[in-house]
Amino acid sequence: MTLSSNSQPLISLRGVRKSFGAFEVLRGIDMDIRKGEVVAIIGPSGSGKSTILRTINGLTPINEGTINVGEIKVSDPKLDQVKLRHRVGMVFQQYNLFPHKTVLENVAMAPIQVLKQPRRQVEERARKLLAEMRLPDKANSYPGELSGGQQQRVAIARALCMEPEVILFDEVTAALDPEMVKEVLSAVRKVAEDGMTCILVTHEMGFAREAADHVYFTDKGVIVEHAPPADFFTSASDPRTKEFLSKVL
Amino acid sequence: MITEIQTYFRELAASGINLTIFYDAFDFDRFVTGFGNTLLLILISAACSIAIGAAGAAVLTLGKGPAPACIRGYVALFRNTPLIVQMYFFYFAVGSIMPVGRNELGLPQPLIGSFSWAVISLSLYAGAFNVETFRAGIGAVHGSYEEAALALGYNRRQAFFSVTVPLALRFSFASLANNLVDLTKATTVAYAVGVAELLYVSNQIWSDSLNTIEMMNVMLVIYLTLTAAVVFIINRVEAAMRLPGFGLGDGQ
Amino acid sequence: MTSINLFSQILEWMPFVLQGFALNILMSLLAIAVGTLMGTFLGLGQLSTLKPLGIPSKLATQLFRNAPWLVLLFYCIFLMPYQVNIGGVVIQLPSWLRATIGFSFPVAANFSEIVRGSVNSIPRGQWEAAEALGYSRRATLFRIILPQCITRMIPPWMNLYALLLTATPLSMIVGVEEALGRTQAAVQAQGDSRVLIPMYLALLAMFFFYTWPINRLSLVVERRFRTK
Repeated sequence: MTLSSNSQPLISLRGVRKSFGAFEVLRGIDMDIRKGEVVAIIGPSGSGKSTILRTINGLTPINEGTINVGEIKVSDPKLDQVKLRHRVGMVFQQYNLFPHKTVLENVAMAPIQVLKQPRRQVEERARKLLAEMRLPDKANSYPGELSGGQQQRVAIARALCMEPEVILFDEVTAALDPEMVKEVLSAVRKVAEDGMTCILVTHEMGFAREAADHVYFTDKGVIVEHAPPADFFTSASDPRTKEFLSKVL
Repeated sequence: MITEIQTYFRELAASGINLTIFYDAFDFDRFVTGFGNTLLLILISAACSIAIGAAGAAVLTLGKGPAPACIRGYVALFRNTPLIVQMYFFYFAVGSIMPVGRNELGLPQPLIGSFSWAVISLSLYAGAFNVETFRAGIGAVHGSYEEAALALGYNRRQAFFSVTVPLALRFSFASLANNLVDLTKATTVAYAVGVAELLYVSNQIWSDSLNTIEMMNVMLVIYLTLTAAVVFIINRVEAAMRLPGFGLGDGQ
Repeated sequence: MTSINLFSQILEWMPFVLQGFALNILMSLLAIAVGTLMGTFLGLGQLSTLKPLGIPSKLATQLFRNAPWLVLLFYCIFLMPYQVNIGGVVIQLPSWLRATIGFSFPVAANFSEIVRGSVNSIPRGQWEAAEALGYSRRATLFRIILPQCITRMIPPWMNLYALLLTATPLSMIVGVEEALGRTQAAVQAQGDSRVLIPMYLALLAMFFFYTWPINRLSLVVERRFRTK
């Protein structure tokens, strides 16, 4: 949980708006995330949390506002997509591992094919990451042969192999059986403790409280409140925040 | 060995079941030629139709502008008109305006013969159905796989060929098997433009030897065997490509 | 000038061809009616738990599904008598009628598969709930399962009809005077190779404009009846 002394945020969102048809999902989001920070975004379903993540790595284009990742302007129509995806990685709720590739291939294929890095180097890095995720002997298995928790850890390794500066975690434990949630949260924690900037959308309040540097609460497309977890969970000021916390804690 | 087989069938003929193809060398030759032509029609048209189907489905998914509309038009046209009329159109109508060359004897010979037109017609016909099959297979692949590829920096084209296509193939086998069985049966239509395939030669044989019902039964058995072989082969390919934990039955 | 003459010449032959097309339509309507009826029995037979009923039904379905339509047509034309004597009444069986009967067999087999497929697509839970309430297998099938199947069977049935119509010109090979046969006759009568392309295009158009709406309609029906 090291914080950079540089006060310039790594990622900043200003006035971000997004509508799907007539339904406005994001109604003016402002966020600043510094290098090395671990940020948790919590809130009720449909409040726009996952959408915020998807706008940061360009999966969902925005209607209004600006998003900057370092010097990259995500909203720029001439965006260099590969450069952005090199810096920003993502782990999905449904893991989305490629079923027709082995675990090792899943982790290594993007750096080889997209970043054009040499195969031997990448595979070595991939094996190291799988070892860090405590799956060293699953390299030649297929995703379908692994449990949900194992697949999610492979997905984390896959995101890490691209050597990003930020990883976005989209409700990564929501689809897991309870006994596997812990192993995945430990993996996420390790990634955070190694200095990676992490933005997590999560329902795991305990994890947010212990591992995050900053917590954002969203409701109906706006950020209602944000604070370090110590303040946030004990002395939230906005009534909507208090109502949500009383339901989930 | 061969003379023994021939003797057996000659005796069988005496008792009422006349299978000349097994004891008459001329009929045997004709029959084998016909069967060979049918096999060629099936193999060449199947390969071409699969290529057409894959290309068409790729254009429908990735293409922009008039190209997808053209493919849709092609599919609509070939699926909603009779194969035999299509084949007649190609062989008689289009064939009438094609240049005519000369063969070794100096006799006029059309540039594209009946066999070639039959292959072209069958390929286009089955190809239209295959476009639909592969398009449905692509549609069955959950969008989240493509999304994961995009999040890793692949562009749409790369994501399509690296991720969507291999998975779409797994979903297409059942429908593809159906189309290829239909293709196998459809090769009989080439009879109408004079291709010496199985039905054509069987007809010749039974016209000469008056063993209509025997020949028709032999033909039927052969076609049932061919369709069973097609299904068997597709099933084997599918089994070889099966991915653990992935398929129609699983909820991802 | 000559192209206008050509056009009017072709137009003169259109009623002749269209009358033939009417025969295609007639054959398709009869064959779908007979085939659907036979196919319903075959389909239910396939679903039966009684071996003496189930196995022959499955075999018959497979036989008529995997045999080429043209081969079945030849069977019916060559082996069917020219006339039948039913209770003292002699009924003539012209070529087109024998061809229609020939088409009924593959239609029946295809419909049998449609029936079997739609019954199998009803979730297991329905059968179990019915059994828990005391319904017999037979009663469950006829009172609970089949009524749900009707709407699922209509789109593939429509596709089957369209397929059948595009198969009817095969009867030209066995001498039936329908649209394709008449087009050929018209082309020969005019003795002008320039009419080949327009006349065959006209024939393709006839089939297209009758068949394409049917297939489109089946998509609409399918969307309408889609559950959940």
